[in-house]
Amino acid sequence: MAESALAGVKVLEYCQMVAGPYCTKLMADLGAEVVKIEKPGCGDEARRRPPFFHDIPDPEMSGLFLYLNTNKLGITLNVETEAGKKIFKGLVKEIDILVEDNPPGVMKEQGLDYQTLRELNPRSIMTSITPFGQTGPYRDYKAYPLNVFQSGGEGYLTPSGVENVGRPPLKAGGFLGEYDCGLNAAIATMGALYWRKTSELGQFVDISKQESLMSLNRMDVIVRYANERKLLTRAQQGVPYGGILPCKDDDYTVFVTWDPRQWERLVSMMGNPDWAKDEKFKDHGSRFEHGELLNALLVEWLVNYTKDELYHMGQAKGVPFGMVNTSKNLLDSKHLKEREFFVEIDHSQTGKVKYPSAPHKFSQTPWRLDRPAPLLGEHNEEMYRGRLGYSKEELVRLRNAGVI
Amino acid sequence: MNALAGIRILDFTRIVAGPQATMLLAYMGAEVIKVESRVYLDTLRTEVTAAGVGTEKTAVGMFNSMNANKLGITLNLSSPKGVELAKRLVKISDVVVDNFRAGVMDKLGLGYLALKEIKPDIIVITASSHGATGPESRYSGFAVTMGPLSGLSYVTGYPGGPPTILRNSVDSRCGNAAAFAILVALNYRHDTGKGQFVDLSAREALSCSMGDIIMDYTMNGRVQSRNGNRDDIMAPHNCYRCKGEDKWVSIAVSNDEEWEALCQAMGNPEWTSEERFSNQLSRWQNQEEMDSLIEEWTITHTHYEVMEILQRARVAAVPSFSNEDLFNDPHCQERECLVTVQHPEKGELYVLAPPWKLSATPGRVTRPAPMLGEHNEYVFGELLGMSQDEIAKLAKENVFY
Repeated sequence: MAESALAGVKVLEYCQMVAGPYCTKLMADLGAEVVKIEKPGCGDEARRRPPFFHDIPDPEMSGLFLYLNTNKLGITLNVETEAGKKIFKGLVKEIDILVEDNPPGVMKEQGLDYQTLRELNPRSIMTSITPFGQTGPYRDYKAYPLNVFQSGGEGYLTPSGVENVGRPPLKAGGFLGEYDCGLNAAIATMGALYWRKTSELGQFVDISKQESLMSLNRMDVIVRYANERKLLTRAQQGVPYGGILPCKDDDYTVFVTWDPRQWERLVSMMGNPDWAKDEKFKDHGSRFEHGELLNALLVEWLVNYTKDELYHMGQAKGVPFGMVNTSKNLLDSKHLKEREFFVEIDHSQTGKVKYPSAPHKFSQTPWRLDRPAPLLGEHNEEMYRGRLGYSKEELVRLRNAGVI
Repeated sequence: MNALAGIRILDFTRIVAGPQATMLLAYMGAEVIKVESRVYLDTLRTEVTAAGVGTEKTAVGMFNSMNANKLGITLNLSSPKGVELAKRLVKISDVVVDNFRAGVMDKLGLGYLALKEIKPDIIVITASSHGATGPESRYSGFAVTMGPLSGLSYVTGYPGGPPTILRNSVDSRCGNAAAFAILVALNYRHDTGKGQFVDLSAREALSCSMGDIIMDYTMNGRVQSRNGNRDDIMAPHNCYRCKGEDKWVSIAVSNDEEWEALCQAMGNPEWTSEERFSNQLSRWQNQEEMDSLIEEWTITHTHYEVMEILQRARVAAVPSFSNEDLFNDPHCQERECLVTVQHPEKGELYVLAPPWKLSATPGRVTRPAPMLGEHNEYVFGELLGMSQDEIAKLAKENVFY
């Protein structure tokens, strides 16, 4: 069996929904032992979110939960009880990393903040993920994924295009912004882990979701106001010509021709139509200027081809076409199949289902699946009896008291 | 103190995706050497982005914002001598990063197998559009085409409207995935002494951020499409127009308690007590009408006022912040999200601070992006021990070009 990159790293996760769980999934999928704490009874909020397997609203069948919690162990624990706090403190003694996403101040109220953690385990790293971070005037503000996405500067510009001015700004599809925050938290935490290896010291990692998203738009959004006083709005087209345009079968294609040579190849690919010789389209600048007219002419040609045909034909001719893929297109993609991007995972409640694997392929320590997402409290016995040494009777008592 | 003190990264990346990765690592204190050449310039230095044709000024701002804290050398990889020097640099580096199309580094003689010969524990990561293998591995890709290829564009947009091109942020997302992979590989090398090769495909990295949407298809055969700002459960859940030009606030309500708090904050207008808005499901079913009624209230306030009023009532409301808002925002200012560097030609320039606060190793923005070839002396002279004469000779031969 291949080695795991993060073998031996112990992580405790006290998070819900997407950002925190994605952060620790990235670690669990590379071999870290991630123990996920859920509230007894209801568990992670993601368990109540669609998509559900065969649309059965069962907390063990949420695709969102199943995807975000692969390779983790799951325990239930009510940390609001005294006995629960004691157990939590027992658990953190043995860990390398704690990831939590409670509003600022909650962990402190419960006597489980970084100060306490450091006393119990000076080498541990604590990563806290919140909408606006641990400091500043908005630290206690509430924000759901929609609000988070709008807080980072990209929402205001989504979707770009003058035709969208006057319509509400949008979030990106699904929970994209939350995944982004989880990845950013994982980067910071891995940096802290590396430093711990050389210094033997842990630290506190404050992740603001807003800053995580601003980081993705530093270049052409955030600094452009700071340095040029240039306010960006949806009125500025993302792509003045080309971009996403209609094609055959009421579908869409996408391409860009930043480089003049790409434009020339596109013209030749279209069979050198007369209109392409027009002065209006003679160079990049004039094509930008007459983008609307140009797009209309391009579409007349594009609608003769499917998005698949345009993608492969364009690439063969050196014109950077892409595919406007649906989920189905992704699953059907020969390219992704050959790269084994989708993997089948067997879960006791759903049977085998295909999941996306990982954003990377490591030659030495490949991604791998050791276990599907845990059932609620699936590893209580293993953790509480096996690791913490509670007896069977004590476990029953804790269960009856609503602690686990 | 810096988390990655002592780590040296040889950076062959350009534009956004790769530079985002190495910039985050430079913020953590790694010594990042950006390899450039006039033969193959980082085009961010000069012009076009998806936001339009840049002026020199924007280029400096944007290039600077992606390359602060890095050192810069010029090395002409189309000359054999240039490749040989690159190899000498690999020997004293920990990580090599590129975002060329698959196969380019191999062709230059700088592929993983060749580099491993020179430095057995080297970590090599190639962040390409489509990955290093597979029938489309040689296909080209840009930010504009990556969002659509990943599946994210298809699910972003107004219901019934066209799919949405995601901004250059898709490249940054790929860069973040690369930064994470490099850090994991560094941790592993620390424990085992082993390097490795990481193949990162931008489109796959992006598709991983819509796993739940993909699983609706693999579990239920459902192809999700564009749904605006709608949520599967929550309503109200939208952006609402506020006082002023093109000002908006996002409001999301997840339960009855928040709904009642919202009604009260709006002054309990009569419509809020109507039967069709009496429970979460009926509010969800009638959200279009409800949204226009809510907007009658939000339009009478600025986006900041709505945030303040509703947050006081414990309702999630956050303006749709523009880049202007963020620059002037008191929260961002208190957290020092933007900091300045002194650029030798352009003077004071803003860059974004590290997107995390590490208590023991905070990381700092220490220098602006390098001028072209600014650190040739340090890298070739000090690190490789070449004499002034040698350096001058190679510059004349266009090896440092």
